[in-house]
Parts: sequence; C-alpha cells; structure tokens
Amino acid sequence: MASYDFVFSALGLEKWCSAEQSSAPMSMADLLAKTKGTDPDAEISLWNTPFPSMDALNASCGAFPQSRDLTKGLEQGFLSIKDALSVVLDPITQPLSWFLDTALYGMLTAPWWIIIPLLLVVVQLVTKSFKLVAFVGVCLSLLAFIDYYEYAMQTLSIILVCAFLCVLIGVPIGIAMSRSNMMQRLSIPVLDMLQTLPPFVYLIPLIFLFSVTESKLYGIAIILYAIVPVIRLTNLGIRLVDKDVIEAADAFGMTDRQKLYRVQIPLALPNIMAGVNQTIMMSLAMVVIASLVSAPGLGVLVLRGIRNLELGVGLVAGLGIVILAVILDRVTKASLARINSAQKH
Amino acid sequence: MKNDVKVSVRNLYKIFGDDPQGALTHVRAGMSKSELLEKHNHVLGLQDINIDMRDGEITVIMGLSGSGKSTLIRHLNRLIEPTAGEIEVEGNNVLAYNENALRTLRREWMSMVFQKFALLPHRTVLENTGMALSVRGYSVADFESEAIHWLNRVGLEGHGNQYPHQLSGGMQQRVGIARALTSNAPIMLMDEAFSALDPLIRTDMQELLLDLQSELKKTIVFITHDLDESLKLADNLVILKEGYVVQQGEPQEILLNPNDSYIKDFISDINRARVLRVKSVMTHTTEKPEQCAGEVNERDNLESIIARSEGHTDKVYRVMAEDRQVGTLSMKQLMKALVPPLQENTPSEGADAKSETQTA
Ligand SMILES: Nc1ncnc2c1ncn2[C@@H]1O[C@H](COP(=O)(O)OP(=O)(O)OP(=O)(O)O)[C@@H](O)[C@H]1O
Ligand SMILES: [Mg+2]
Repeated sequence: MASYDFVFSALGLEKWCSAEQSSAPMSMADLLAKTKGTDPDAEISLWNTPFPSMDALNASCGAFPQSRDLTKGLEQGFLSIKDALSVVLDPITQPLSWFLDTALYGMLTAPWWIIIPLLLVVVQLVTKSFKLVAFVGVCLSLLAFIDYYEYAMQTLSIILVCAFLCVLIGVPIGIAMSRSNMMQRLSIPVLDMLQTLPPFVYLIPLIFLFSVTESKLYGIAIILYAIVPVIRLTNLGIRLVDKDVIEAADAFGMTDRQKLYRVQIPLALPNIMAGVNQTIMMSLAMVVIASLVSAPGLGVLVLRGIRNLELGVGLVAGLGIVILAVILDRVTKASLARINSAQKH
Repeated sequence: MKNDVKVSVRNLYKIFGDDPQGALTHVRAGMSKSELLEKHNHVLGLQDINIDMRDGEITVIMGLSGSGKSTLIRHLNRLIEPTAGEIEVEGNNVLAYNENALRTLRREWMSMVFQKFALLPHRTVLENTGMALSVRGYSVADFESEAIHWLNRVGLEGHGNQYPHQLSGGMQQRVGIARALTSNAPIMLMDEAFSALDPLIRTDMQELLLDLQSELKKTIVFITHDLDESLKLADNLVILKEGYVVQQGEPQEILLNPNDSYIKDFISDINRARVLRVKSVMTHTTEKPEQCAGEVNERDNLESIIARSEGHTDKVYRVMAEDRQVGTLSMKQLMKALVPPLQENTPSEGADAKSETQTA
C-alpha cells in the first residue's frame, strides 16, 4: 500500500496503472528495501509521507514514469540528435583545432630565446612600460628556471588563442545586443546560464559531441565559459556612450557604420578592454579544468598532483598558474589604463 | 524688404507616447497638456507651431525649461520625427526626404552646436573641428587648412593638437562653433549653446557670434531660456510656453506689446532702458522738431539717451538713420516706454487699497 494510491483511484486510472506495469529494472532503493525485509505495503504514517515525487507516484502506479526515466530520456534525446549535431558542428569548429594545434606547435618548437623576447616585445608594445616588461621577463625566467617553461607556454598559447577568438566572436555579438533591445532580452538569459553553469558541466555534452583527442573539445569549453564578459561589457560600453555625442554624430550626418567605428567603439573601448581582461582571466581558470579532457599545460600537473598525491608538483604548478594570472592581469590592465588616459573626459 | 524664408515650420505637432496619432485627435479637439498627461498618459511636446525663419537672420526661440525648445530645434534636422505638420527648407519638404537626402541635409545644409559641447573626447581639437568634412569623406590633410582657419577665427590659435578635455568649457564651446562653421552649412542650429558657460565668457561668446554673423549672414536658430541673451541676439524672437508659441516677432515689438501675462512676467524685471532702442519708441516723421536738442541714432538704446539728456525731461531729439532724419523722440515718449505694461491681476490695486485704508 503506497501513499498515493488514492490519487489514482480517485481519478479512475487504476486500469491504466495496472495495464502498463513499469518494465524498468528494480531500483537500488527497492533492492535495499527487499533485502532489509521491510514490507513495502506496510501502513505509512503521516510523518513519513513522501513528497508526491515521480518515484513516490510510481510506487502507487506502475505506469507513472520514474525520475530516472527523465534523465534517461534526456540522455537518449541527446544521443539521438548527437550525430546530426556533429555533422554541423564538426566542420564549423574544425578551425579551432587547427588554431590551437598550430599555436601549441609554434610555441613549443620555437626556441625559448625567440619566444621569451617576442613576448616581452608584445608586452612593451601594448603597455609601453619598461617596469612591466622587466617584471614579465623575471616571471617567465623563473618558470623556465624550474623547468615549467613548456607547460606554462602550452597554457599561455591556449589562453591566447581562446581569448582572441572570444574577442573576435564576442565583440560583434555585444554590438548586435547594444543595437537591439530584443536581441539583448534574448541573449541575457543565455549569458546568465553560461556564466552560472559549473564549468565541469560544459564538458559533459562536449565529450559526447567531439572526440577527446581533438583539441577543439577543450577550446570550445574555454570559449563558452570565457566569452561572457566580453559580450556583456561590449554591450554595456556601447550603451553607455554619451547620448550627447551620439546626437552630435547624428546631427552631422554620420552613417551607422561611421558612428560605430568613429564614435561608439572608440568610446566603449575602456569597457571592452575591461571585458577582455576578465575573459582572459576566466580562460585561465577554465584551462586548468579542461585538463580533464586532455588540455595540455600546467593544469595537467595540478591534476597529477591530485591523482598521484604528488603534493609538491601540484603546488608548484598552482604557483605557476598564479604567476601567469598575475602577468596576464597586469598587462591587460596596463593597456586598459593607457586607453583610459588617452580619452579622459 | 524682408529676407526670404529659409526654414519654415507649419502646423507642427509632437506628442510623446505609445499612440501619438490617437492623442493628436484629443489635442486638436482642444485638450490641454496637463489633461492629456493625466487622462491619456501622453506628453504634449509641441502644439501647432508655425514659424518662418528668414535667411541671414538669428531666430531666437525662448521659453522656460520644459517648454519644448530642444524638441522643436531637433525637428528641423529630423533628429525627432514630428507627429503632424510640415517642415520646409528653401521650399523643400524635409519630411519627404529619404535617408540619403536627410543625410545630405544634415551634412551640407545644417550644422549644430550643443549645450554640452558634445565633442569627440578621443579626437584632437583639429579633428573635431573638421568632423563635418571628415564625415563627408575628406582626410585630415584635406580639411586641415579650413579647420585651422575657423579655429583661428574663434580665437583658438595653436590649440589644434590638444584634446577637448584639456580645454576650458568656454574654449570647448568655441571648438563647437568652429566645428559648425567648418561644415560650411548655411543654417546653424544652436541649442542653449552658451547656457553652460559663466556670465563673462557668455557675453564674450555672444559678441563672437554677432561678430561672425555680421560677416557670414547665416540662418541661425538659437535656443535660450535667458531673456537678456535673446534680446541681444534676436532678429526674430519666438516665445514658447508648454509647447505652443505664445508670441513671435521683432523683440522690441514684443517688449512694447506683450500679449500674454506669461511674457509680461518674463519682461517685468529686465532693464528696459538698456534693451529698448530709439527706433522702436520714436515718432515716425521727417519734419524737424521745433526745439531740437540734438541728433541721435535710431539704433541707440534709451539708456544712452537718458545719459545725454542729463535728466531733463523736456528735450526733443532728431532721430537719424544714415544721415537722414527718420523720426523724432521726446523725453516724455521715452519715459512712457520705460514703464512696463501693467500686468493683469497684479497685487498693485490691492496694495493701493491697503494704503488708502491706512491713511484713512
Ligand atoms: N523622449 C521623450 N519622451 C517623453 N517626453 C519627452 C521626451 N522628450 C521630451 N519630452 C517632454 O517634452 C517636453 C519638452 O522637452 P524639451 O526637452 O524640448 O524642453 P526644453 O524647452 O528644451 O527644456 P530645457 O530648457 O530644460 O532644455 C517636456 O515636457 C519633456 O518632458
Ligand atoms: Mg533643452
């Protein structure tokens, strides 16, 4: 005698229930109950009455689906569209694999005495600060000195490729959002979801869709996770551009395109750069998690630390990640500050 | 004798809200602004505006905050679309323009100066000045000499390579004016262009504008909420209140014959002697007065005549324009003109009655 028999008898559905006895195999809970020898038909006190959940209702009526049927259905649904999705997504995302592989190959095959000075030149170009160049030089040398150079460069190249793609895709989406309120209303829930979904959850459907040996698997996971700030801040930045200046642009007869390139994007640049900074920091966070699905780099060492209880390796790799984070943050913030000072109001 | 009409506004209505056309029928049936807002939740921005703006003149649109001045001026280059009515520039219906024609209108026919300057903060003063030309596709090298010419003309020699934030407010607005002039458009729209400036700088800018205008003879639409400013600049004064035109015409005429208590309020505390000119209070005649105390110019203001008369109220002057007599002015006439028109329902009668009871 289960708790909710009366519901089905009141609705006159007993026939439907008994006609279709659930064919699902016995659940763990049922098995346990059986071995304990408790009688499932014993009277249940009011205190112990379960919530009318799917499983509780199933106990009263065999035809009612159990909750594991729900997860199972979702899984089957996903698997059935998976092939079709792969056909579409595979070719579209293929360039991502190429980008990542090329970047990794390039960073690792070129000798250190080319890569490190090259990175320093880039830092000098975007920040125009010798202090920062010296700082970055010391940090990179330190990583190389403790023989973590290769891992650090792998992580760095993944981040650079993914952050670059985030900007490439995110800025136009942000612009589109700033132009249409409808687009904004539709995108914000998606962005909220991408930002709040625990990063591990991205990996689950991606593992089904792509083969784990392909680098685009982690590339997509990183991009999905890190693209949100750059989209949000591009949208916000363009919407925050001084209304008076926009009006002046209109009054002098600028076309939409002129307005975008000459007024909106330049004036939104501080916000866009703040978004890029956050995007880079989030890629770094994700690249560690993505080691679970074969992303190379410092994350692999952290993972090894956890798996094999190699405390020292894990901690030093973690420190390396912190150093990379500080470098990336300082460099992007410095270039942001440079843009800000160039267009003070 | 009057100049051609350059911009003409006919029966213009603007209603803000979800269903302006529906609200328009109520307004045409005589509903007031406050009633419309209360009953239908629509804002009546402009109501049956008819204005002719003449070539080479400064048309000043004056009104209190919220009277619809900015809304009106933005209709001229269609930054705001009207609910009903017509706008013509040199006889062409602006409302029929397609996007391209409208852009040409904004680029080549009208330029605009803004209250908050609205310069591009990331561009130099020179680039800002040449904005109108760069929008039309010219490079900095193309417009540099033109931009420098106008920067020099507004008194900003050598500031071309600075950024707007490095300049004071007054200087930034000079850039705003230079930018409008560089576009070489015959019509200039100025929305409270001097309101953000302090009084001294403001007077300077007014002088600069009059100076430029005497040379360039543009058609200027100037918005202000300051009566002194409007009297100083206006060839044609339009007074707005709650979205409709209370009175328009020559400023001196409005000053002498205000037709509404709103305007009387406005003009009650100005220095009439400084603003009124001989021309608008004299008797038109070419006969020489009997006891002529001297000759005065028709453009002199009354203050200067009072100073000349040294307080004698019996003098009569010959009024001259370009060496010819156009009228006479007696000090009695002058004194009369200085008395502001009585306002209806003013407490003056009540005050009189009070003083009578006190003496009794
Ligand atoms: N976009 C809008 N939506 C609704 N109402 C508006 C809008 N723009 C202006 N209004 C209303 O129209 C009226 C006139 O506004 P406008 O800005 O033209 O006044 P103004 O004379 O320029 O005032 P100020 O001297 O303060 O600049 C005001 O009552 C204002 O509330
Ligand atoms: Mg205004």
